[in-house]
Amino acid sequence: MKFGVVVFPGSNCDHDTYYVLKEVYKLDVDYIWHKQTTLSSYDCIILPGGFSYGDYLRSGAIARFSPVMQAVINFAHQGRLVLGICNGFQVLMEAGLLPGAMLRNKTLKFICQDVHIRVEDKQTPFTTLCREGEVLRLPIAHKDGNYFADAKMMKELKKNHQIIFRYCTPEGTLTEEANLNGSLDYVAGICNRERNVLGLMPHPERYAESILGNEDGKRIFDSIITYLSKEK
Amino acid sequence: MKAKVFVTFKEGVLDPQGKTIKNAIVSLGYEGVEDVRQGKYFEMTLDTLPKEKAENLIKEIAEKILANPIIEQFQYHIE
Amino acid sequence: MKVPEVNLKTALEQGLTEDEYQRILELLGRVPTFTELGIFALMWSEHCSYKSSRALLKQFPTTGERVIQGPGENAGVVDIGDGLAVVFKIESHNHPSFIEPYQGAATGVGGILRDVFTMGARPIASLDSLRFGSFDHPKTRWLVEGVVAGIGDYGNCVGVPTVGGEIYFHPSYNGNILVNAFTLGIAPKNRIFLGRAKGVGNPVIYVGSKTGRDGIHGAGLLASAEFDETSEEKRPTVQVGDPFMEKLLLEACLELMQTGYLVGIQDMGAAGLSSSSFEMAGRGGAGIVMELSRVPCREPGMTPYELMLSESQERMLLIANKGAEEKVRRIFEKWDLEAVVIGEVTDDGMVTVLNDGNVAAKLPAKPLSISAPFYHRPMRKPGYLKDIAQFEPASVPIPSDMNQVLKSLLSSPNIASKEWVYRQYDYTVRDNTVLIPGSDAAVIRIKGTTKALGLTVDGNSRYCYLHPLRGAMLVAAEAARNLSCCGATPLALTDCLNFGNPEKPEIMWQFDQCIKGMSQACRVLGIPVVSGNVSFYNETFGSPIFPTPTVGMVGLIDDCRKHCDQWFKEEKDIILLLGDTRDELGGSEYLSVVHKLERGDPPALDLSLEKGVQETCREMIGRGMARSAHDCSEGGLAVALAECCFHPRRSFGASVELKSSSIREDALLFGESQSRILVSVPRQRMKQTERLLDKSSIPWAAIGSVGGEALRVVYGGEVLLDYPIRELHHLWSKALERLLFSKEDE
Repeated sequence: MKFGVVVFPGSNCDHDTYYVLKEVYKLDVDYIWHKQTTLSSYDCIILPGGFSYGDYLRSGAIARFSPVMQAVINFAHQGRLVLGICNGFQVLMEAGLLPGAMLRNKTLKFICQDVHIRVEDKQTPFTTLCREGEVLRLPIAHKDGNYFADAKMMKELKKNHQIIFRYCTPEGTLTEEANLNGSLDYVAGICNRERNVLGLMPHPERYAESILGNEDGKRIFDSIITYLSKEK
Repeated sequence: MKAKVFVTFKEGVLDPQGKTIKNAIVSLGYEGVEDVRQGKYFEMTLDTLPKEKAENLIKEIAEKILANPIIEQFQYHIE
Repeated sequence: MKVPEVNLKTALEQGLTEDEYQRILELLGRVPTFTELGIFALMWSEHCSYKSSRALLKQFPTTGERVIQGPGENAGVVDIGDGLAVVFKIESHNHPSFIEPYQGAATGVGGILRDVFTMGARPIASLDSLRFGSFDHPKTRWLVEGVVAGIGDYGNCVGVPTVGGEIYFHPSYNGNILVNAFTLGIAPKNRIFLGRAKGVGNPVIYVGSKTGRDGIHGAGLLASAEFDETSEEKRPTVQVGDPFMEKLLLEACLELMQTGYLVGIQDMGAAGLSSSSFEMAGRGGAGIVMELSRVPCREPGMTPYELMLSESQERMLLIANKGAEEKVRRIFEKWDLEAVVIGEVTDDGMVTVLNDGNVAAKLPAKPLSISAPFYHRPMRKPGYLKDIAQFEPASVPIPSDMNQVLKSLLSSPNIASKEWVYRQYDYTVRDNTVLIPGSDAAVIRIKGTTKALGLTVDGNSRYCYLHPLRGAMLVAAEAARNLSCCGATPLALTDCLNFGNPEKPEIMWQFDQCIKGMSQACRVLGIPVVSGNVSFYNETFGSPIFPTPTVGMVGLIDDCRKHCDQWFKEEKDIILLLGDTRDELGGSEYLSVVHKLERGDPPALDLSLEKGVQETCREMIGRGMARSAHDCSEGGLAVALAECCFHPRRSFGASVELKSSSIREDALLFGESQSRILVSVPRQRMKQTERLLDKSSIPWAAIGSVGGEALRVVYGGEVLLDYPIRELHHLWSKALERLLFSKEDE
């Protein structure tokens, strides 16, 4: 089982993601420089958080033209796992692997805070071990996390159960106060129709060790690992 | 030659910055401003090209990278 | 462009004095060129040369067992064991931030990050100490929003967490805010890089952003003169930051440092190409020759004067081993950066600046760097001290409703929660943040070890205004106490000394007193000063800021699991107060907020008691007796108790009973007696805790227990405070936002 963490110029959660996979899980993991064009030896590619290309123009807009992205698209089309966290999620949307776009947070400001997200669907490789309705506490750290999709897209997302995480209260209720960035329909994470590409704004890699106060992020990594080991 | 490209949010997409700017204008006491939409403005210096070729080039660039068609639209002038 | 003639008049225009111009003529034995004059003016400016402060700064204790590098380099370096060292410094960016808060604060963060990674350390945490004018001053809101966004956008983008800080409002900063940025990095202790030019023939390489006309004479002029009505016009000299470029530069430099190609490296910060070349040559005892036509330029037609003085951001000058040029270039190319050889190291002790082969400047390195002139400026005790020392506590009425007093303090800008600020900072990136902002100090773990670091920045300018010597002692003692409250043993500190115009004897006296006070506290507490920064001329229209020495202090926790925060965690836990409460009101936040008085002596400090309290607190944490620990500072015991109750995810009540004494009620609740720490202890650990406390020589008392829905304080049988904790929590959480933005809500 081998993971790849893509490094764009300006990625800054690449080290964190790598650290969790390598040191917490003791897994085989490589950094993948954004100019690399073959990904055949990997089972799961992670696009980490950060400010690829400074987030200049729009978050993720320039990174999606990096050479590695064509390989990521092919990799996804082969049905293999791609996870986008925060900026990685934005890149996946700009690249057309996930539907929708991000607007500026409703507060207009960067928000760094713990949020609660509710697992809406366990039928993905990223949530196999979760219960539906389970609430995870994870940190967000972004300025553009206000999810938007037009009515038609939204209808599709719902019909195909592509909304995987929604912002909620600690008890699991959907409220506007819990939806800090103002996302449409409380969307915190979605997958593609084929369910092998997932993007989410909160950072599971930041809460994967007890010393950091919370291990809820492990629910997602554990799910991926379980899925991949069954697949093998 | 120069191309000027304006990128704005599409109708119906919430523009929180535009809204905030509008509120600020109103709170400063100015009347008659109905709505504000914030956008991006790009100035591009081009090689000298036939007008039609330049237009096609700008359109392609705007569609591909300057604007995100899910939320944004664009206009351009070529001088 | 016509080059102006060089004479006394042009020298004065550049900010040099008549004496200094004479010195230049003597030193060179000729009239300098215009470019040379510009370099002198910049390098001999207060900002670059520390000419008013250098002699006095020698009073600081700067050595210690763990100190690898003390003051004088880009940052201080301290050994933390396991083959690792921490590299840290605090630096001011006050004047640029007042003129253009967003870019000023952003480039302040950029500068301090570069100071740390030039030494070979990866930055892993930043903190900020901020001072704004009165919260109802018309400019304050704009300044706060700009500074906070600037710090956030820059640090967030580079991916260095901003894990803590402090922010205070006071009218003395109405015309001159303070933005002090602290960064800490971590490096292998045997691979620290210094800003030194060595090895004749080694290439001098320029890396990073291209040079533009931004900030020409920025730091020199802005930070070396008072503010007046022309300051607004200086806006174009404020540099624009590019955090993305910084991130690339950071990664490329750290990659280069893992090779053996690098000899020396220095950030082109204030005074750009001039300071980096002269300082590296000066410190290395070498010379440098460089060709300006090779410098990558953003704008055409830049003159040697402009190139030498530009303060374009995100640039570095480095010295590599001869023959490694191509390898260095390839590393930078990977990160889409330019690396251009612009010159080489020589042995003549001169910095020779060529422009298309013609000599534009040729000056000795040392007199412009390490042996620049310095002054013993006159000092005089300020007259105001006589007046403000006259303070009769008896003339201050004791309020009848202490609940009301507590509420006004909790919702006052200096005590209210700063969450509105720190939630705009990414404080969890890099996956190390064990203790998030909001407690006494931040705690970050060190990957690959069992260790963690405690980090804090502290200042109290009112204390320093009322009694500069004691005030500065109190600042150092509180910083150490904050670290002790999270379980960290203080290692070393970095200071940022923000003062008014040093040409005024009263300001110099304040400055000297503060250094003496801080040095005294550092000696007793065993905390060396390893780096720092002086910011003078913090005045507008002749009115100085309160003297504001701020310290950034770093502490070590050997076992990361044994850290502590300030919040109560279990009902029925016993609340202990370590230290002694005295009948003290002078200089308190209470006196200022409730009685509008800034008078009297700040609280007394007994450094040996302070040391004992801190050691005991750390021992309680280390042995797992303390479930929480919190220092009593602004707002005294009552505010500290309330803060212990405000757990980020729920509120706890507390019930406290204090023995009757001669201390007046307001001093008891809100006085700021020092060396006090509130600790909560599980009931079943009390016996053991008592034994430990009785063995120590410090005064202590069990004063109550955690629980209930209210914060309740009884004094000699009389209920002084009794108020629902949730309401207090809400009030305190939302106060800052309400104060700053209330007009918008209406």
